Amino acid sequence: MAVFNRVESPRKIEDAVYDVIVPAGDGWMKELEPGQVLRIVDLEGNQAADTLFYDAENPEDHYSAIATMTGQGNIYLTAGSVLRTESGKALLTIVADTCGRHDTLGGACSAQSNTVRYSHDTLPMHNCRDTFLLQMAKFDKGYLKRDLAPNINFFMNVPVTPEGGLKFDDGVSSPGAYVEMQAHGRTTALVSNCPQLNNPCNAYNPTPIRILIWDN
Amino acid sequence: MNGVWQITIPAGGKWSGVVGRGRLVRFTALEEGANLTVLLYNAKDPSERYNMPDTLKAQHTSHLTRGHVLMSDNGRVLASLTEDTLGWHDPIGGYSTRAGTDARYGLTNYQELRNNWLRSGEENLTVELVRAGLGRRDLVPPVNLFSKISCDEQGDMHFVPRHCPKGAQVTLRTEMDTLVLLSNTPNPMDPSPSYPSVPVLVEVLAAEPVNEDDYCLNFRPENTRAFENTWAYYALLG
Repeated sequence: MAVFNRVESPRKIEDAVYDVIVPAGDGWMKELEPGQVLRIVDLEGNQAADTLFYDAENPEDHYSAIATMTGQGNIYLTAGSVLRTESGKALLTIVADTCGRHDTLGGACSAQSNTVRYSHDTLPMHNCRDTFLLQMAKFDKGYLKRDLAPNINFFMNVPVTPEGGLKFDDGVSSPGAYVEMQAHGRTTALVSNCPQLNNPCNAYNPTPIRILIWDN
Repeated sequence: MNGVWQITIPAGGKWSGVVGRGRLVRFTALEEGANLTVLLYNAKDPSERYNMPDTLKAQHTSHLTRGHVLMSDNGRVLASLTEDTLGWHDPIGGYSTRAGTDARYGLTNYQELRNNWLRSGEENLTVELVRAGLGRRDLVPPVNLFSKISCDEQGDMHFVPRHCPKGAQVTLRTEMDTLVLLSNTPNPMDPSPSYPSVPVLVEVLAAEPVNEDDYCLNFRPENTRAFENTWAYYALLG
C-alpha cells in the first residue's frame, strides 16, 4: 500500500485560541482568518470528519476534490497537500498530519445515498449531508444545498485499484491522530462529524472529534 | 421523437440542452484521442445534480463503463451507460481551466486568433450553467467521456495516452429529464503539448423501456435501488 506521510505539529494545545469538542453526528461551521491553523483531532480513532471549505471572500468558489487531486497528481491528501477550490485557488495547505492519508473521493453520506448503498429502510438514519444543511442554515449567510460539493473525509481511507476499482478500508486512523491545515485567505470551514452506522468508515461506532485553531 | 437528432461538437465546442427521460444519447469520437466533459442536472430541479462520490462508491468503481449509472446527489439515476466500445471513461480528471489551458498550450485570445483560440472547460461549462440560470457555484466534478486515468498503489494519477481510437462510442440512456452540459475540451491531465482537435458526434434517439432484465438495472443491487428511487420520484410527479 501507499506510503503514509506522517508529520508532527510543533503547535502546543495551550497556545490555541479556539478549542471545541464536536460530538458524533454534530456539525461545525466557522470562518478562519488568513494564516490561522485548523487542527481536527480524531479523539478515539476510526472516525470520519467530513469537511468542506469555501473562499469566504467569494463563497460561490467551493472546495474542489478534483482540482485538489489533479493539482498534486495524487488522490490522497496528506501533509503538503494544497486544498483548492473549483477555480484552482489555494485555500489551505495541510501542514501536519499524524494519520498520514485522507480521502477526498468518497464524499459524504446522505439519507438518499444510504438508501442506494445499504437498503431503502435506512432513509430515516442521521447522515452527514443533513448535518451540513443544518449548519448552513444556522450559519445564515446564504449557503444552500447547491453549495454542497464533494468533500474531504479526514481520517478515512478509500483506495482505488489500478484496475479502476474502489473500496473502503478500515484502520488508518488511531486515537489522538490529527490533521492540521493553514488557511491562505479568509476561509469558511464546514464539518460534519460522521454519524454513519452502516460501514466501517468509523468502525460502526461514531465518536467525538476535537477542533482547535491557532493564530499564525 | 422517432427520428435521430444530432449535432457534431468540434474541438473547443460546447452544447447544453434538456434531454427528456427515456432517450439514448450516443457519443462517437470522430478521430482518435477524444475527451468530452459532461455535467448532468435534474432539469426540473437543478439543485439535484450528478454526484461523483455517490456514483463511484455505490458501484465500487473509479472508472465508468457499460452497466454503470450516473447517480444524482439525491440517490437517483440521471443516466445509464447502456453501450460502450471503450471500457473506461474518466470520472476523476475534472474539466480544463483557463489558467491550465494557457499554461499548457500557450496564451491564446479571440482578438488574434478568432475562432481558433483555445477554449477551456471551465469557461464553456460556466457559460452554459449561467444560460440555465445557474452559476459557478454549481460546478462539480464532471465525467470525461473517452479518457482514462488510472491510479497506482501510491495514489498517483496517470493519464493513459492513445486510449480512445477513432470511432469509439458510448451511449447514455436518460432515466430522468436531464439538463446536459457538454464541453469538447481537453482532459486537464492529458500531457500532450498540442490541443486535441477531435470532433464528437452526439446523436439523440428514443430508448426502449427499461425491462426487468435491463443490464444497468441489474448491474449491482445499488443500481436497482437507485432506479427504484427514480421511479418513485416520477410516480410522485405524475
